[in-house]
Amino acid sequence: MADQQTQAAVRRTSFKLVLGAVAMFAFVFVVMVPLYNALCDVLGLNGKTNGERYRVVEASVDTSREIKVRFAASNNEDMSWGFRPQTGMVVVNPGAATTINYIATNPEERSMVGQAIPSIVPSEAAPYFHKTECFCFNQQPLEAGKSAELGLQFIVDRDLPAHIQSITLSYTIFDVTDRVSTDPDLAAR
Amino acid sequence: MGDHGPAKGFSRWLFTTNHKDIGTMYLWFSFAMFILGGSFAMIIRAELFQPGLQIVQPEFFNQMTTMHGLVMVFGAIMPAFVGLANWMIPLMIGAPDMALPRLNNFSFWILPPAFALLVSTLFMDGGGPNFGWTFYAPLSTTYAPPSVTYFIFGVHIMGASSIMGSINIIATIMNLRAPGMTYMKMPLFVWTWFITAFLLVAVMPVLAGAVTMMLMDIHFGTSFFSAAGGGDPVLFQHVFWFFGHPEVYIIILPGFGVVSQVIPTFSRKPLFGYASMVYATAAIAFLSFIVWAHHMYTVGMPVAGELYFMYATMLIAVPTAAKVFNWITTMWKGSLTFETPMLFSIAFVFLFTMGGFTGLMLAIAPADFQYHDTYFVVAHFHYTMVAGAIFSMSAAIYYWIPKWTGKMYNETMGKTHFWISFVGFNLTFFPQHFVGLAGMPRRIPDYALQFADFNMMSSIGAFIYGASQLLFLFNVVRTITHGKPVSEPRVWEGAHGLEWTLPTPPPYHTFTTPPDLKESEMHG
Repeated sequence: MADQQTQAAVRRTSFKLVLGAVAMFAFVFVVMVPLYNALCDVLGLNGKTNGERYRVVEASVDTSREIKVRFAASNNEDMSWGFRPQTGMVVVNPGAATTINYIATNPEERSMVGQAIPSIVPSEAAPYFHKTECFCFNQQPLEAGKSAELGLQFIVDRDLPAHIQSITLSYTIFDVTDRVSTDPDLAAR
Repeated sequence: MGDHGPAKGFSRWLFTTNHKDIGTMYLWFSFAMFILGGSFAMIIRAELFQPGLQIVQPEFFNQMTTMHGLVMVFGAIMPAFVGLANWMIPLMIGAPDMALPRLNNFSFWILPPAFALLVSTLFMDGGGPNFGWTFYAPLSTTYAPPSVTYFIFGVHIMGASSIMGSINIIATIMNLRAPGMTYMKMPLFVWTWFITAFLLVAVMPVLAGAVTMMLMDIHFGTSFFSAAGGGDPVLFQHVFWFFGHPEVYIIILPGFGVVSQVIPTFSRKPLFGYASMVYATAAIAFLSFIVWAHHMYTVGMPVAGELYFMYATMLIAVPTAAKVFNWITTMWKGSLTFETPMLFSIAFVFLFTMGGFTGLMLAIAPADFQYHDTYFVVAHFHYTMVAGAIFSMSAAIYYWIPKWTGKMYNETMGKTHFWISFVGFNLTFFPQHFVGLAGMPRRIPDYALQFADFNMMSSIGAFIYGASQLLFLFNVVRTITHGKPVSEPRVWEGAHGLEWTLPTPPPYHTFTTPPDLKESEMHG
C-alpha cells in the first residue's frame, strides 16, 4: 500500500510507542511502588512507623505535657494466637522512655512464627513516636502452647504537635510461619 | 492493488486486514458484549426490584455487579469506539487503510478469547470475580475466588489488544494523512481518538502492572498489597486509579469526537471553536493523570492531599465546560433538524453535563465522605458512561450507518429508540441520585425499606432501557437487509469531511491514491 518512506515512518512511530508502553509497565514496578513507600515514610502516611530502631538523642523530659498512649491489638485473618497489651493505656511525658509489654500465646500444637505490624492513629503522630526497642522489629517464634512477653520501649518526641493529646498504637499480629523471612526490610516493620 | 472485493466465507473475517471489515467485527463484538453486560444489569435490577432476596444469592449478585462493570467497560464501550476508529479514521484522513493492518487483525481476534476466559469464570467452582470492577486488594487477592487467575489473564489480553489498537491508530494518524491534511485540519473525531490512543498507551500498561502484581501476590509469594509481608492494600488503589482515571476519559473522549461531528452537520454550521475543542481535549487528557486519588478520599489521606486532589479535579470542569459551550454555540442560530443522531447528540450534551455536575459534587472532598460508595456515585458515572459513551455511540451508528451500508435506517424506529432510551435511562438513574444521597450503599443485593419505591422505579426504567436496545438491534439488522438504498455520497447534506466524498456505500478499498483535499471538506 504505502511507499517505502511511509512504511519506515510507521515503523519508527510504532517502535517508539512500544517502547513507551514497556516503559509505563516498568514504571509501575520500579517507580510507583518504591515512590509510594518512600512518600509514606517521609510524610508518615497510613500511620506507618519508621521501621528503624530509634537512636536516643540527648533530650530532657518535658514534664509540662502529658500524652495518653493507648495500646490495641488484633489478629490478622485466621491467626490463632492470643495477643494483647499488658496495659491498655499509659500516660507519658514527651521525651521520657517508657516500657510496656504485649503478651502473646501460641495455642496451637506446633511452633509458629508471628510478625506484628504497627499502625499509629492519628497518622500525623507517627513521625513523633520513636521506638527504641520493639518486638515488631523481628519475627517472633513461639513454641507450641507457650506464652511470651514481648517488650516495647518508646519515646514520644518533644516536638509532637501541641494539638495531639493522645496516640493510639495498634499492632496486628500476622502468621508468617510459612514465609519466615531474613530480609531485614520486611522484618523491620 | 486492483479493485478486488473481499474473500468469501468465514476466512474473509478470520484473515482480513481491511479496516472496514475489522471495524465491523469490532462493532458487532462490542454489541454482543453490550447485550451480555446488559443482561447482567437486568439481573441486578430484577433482584433490586423489591427489598429482600428474591432471585439470586448475594454471592452471585456480587459476581453480576463485577462482571457488568468489566464487560461494559472493557467489552462494550472500548471495542465499540475502536471499531468506529477503524472504520472512520482512514476514511476521514484519506488513508488507504490502517498503518499496521495485520496487527489490526490480531488485536481484534485476541479479544473474543479474552472475554471467553473472563465469562467462563462464572461456571467455575467458587464463581467468577466478585470483588467489583475496581478489584481492590485484598478482596481480589487474599479473599478472591480461585477463578481470579483467569480474570487476570483476561485483563492482560484485553490490555494487549487495546495497546496494539492504539499504536495502530497513532501510527495511522501520524503517517498516513492525505497531503494537505495538517494536524489542525483533522476532523475532531480523529483528534479525540489521537489523544485517547496516547492515554491508552500510557495507562493500559499500568493496569497490566497492577494485575501482574496481584498475580504475583496470589501465586508467587510476593506482598505488594499484603500487609503481612510489608506491603500495603492502599497501594493497589493508587496504582488502579492511576490507570482508572485516565480510563474514564478514554471512554468518553471519542464520544466527544462523535458529537463534535454530528452537531455541526445537523446545525448546518461549522463547529463554533475548532481549536479550543482540540486544546480542551488535550487539557482534559493531561489533567486526567494528576487527579486519581479523588476516588480514594476516604482511605486516610492527609488534608493537603485531599485539598490538592479536590482542586485539581475541579479544574477539569474548565476544559469540559469549554466543550459544552462549544456544542451549544454551534447549535445557536443554526438551521437545526432533529434526525436520530442529532437527538442522541443533544441528549448527550444535556445528560453528560448533568453527570459532570454530579462529578463536581463528588470532587468536593468533605462532601464526598457522605457520597462515597453510595448510589449517588452509581448515578453519576452512569450519566457519564451511558448517556455519555453509549448515547454518543448510538449517535455514531445512526450517523454513519447509511454511509457504511448504502441503506437508510428507519427514521421513525430510530426516533422511537431514542425516546424510549431517553425516558428509560432517566427513569433508571435519576432516582439513584436520591437513594444515594439518602445513604443507600452501592453493590448490595438488599436494602432498607425506605429505598423501595425509588428502586422499583429504577428497575422499571432499566427494563425499558434494556428493551429499547433490542429495538436498536432490530433497526440495524433491518437497515442492512431491507433499508431504503441511498447512493448520494453526502448522505447528510450538512456533513463535511473526506468520508462524504466517497461513493455510498464505499468500495472495499478506498483512497488507494491520496485524495485531493478541497477547502470545503476541511475542518478547523
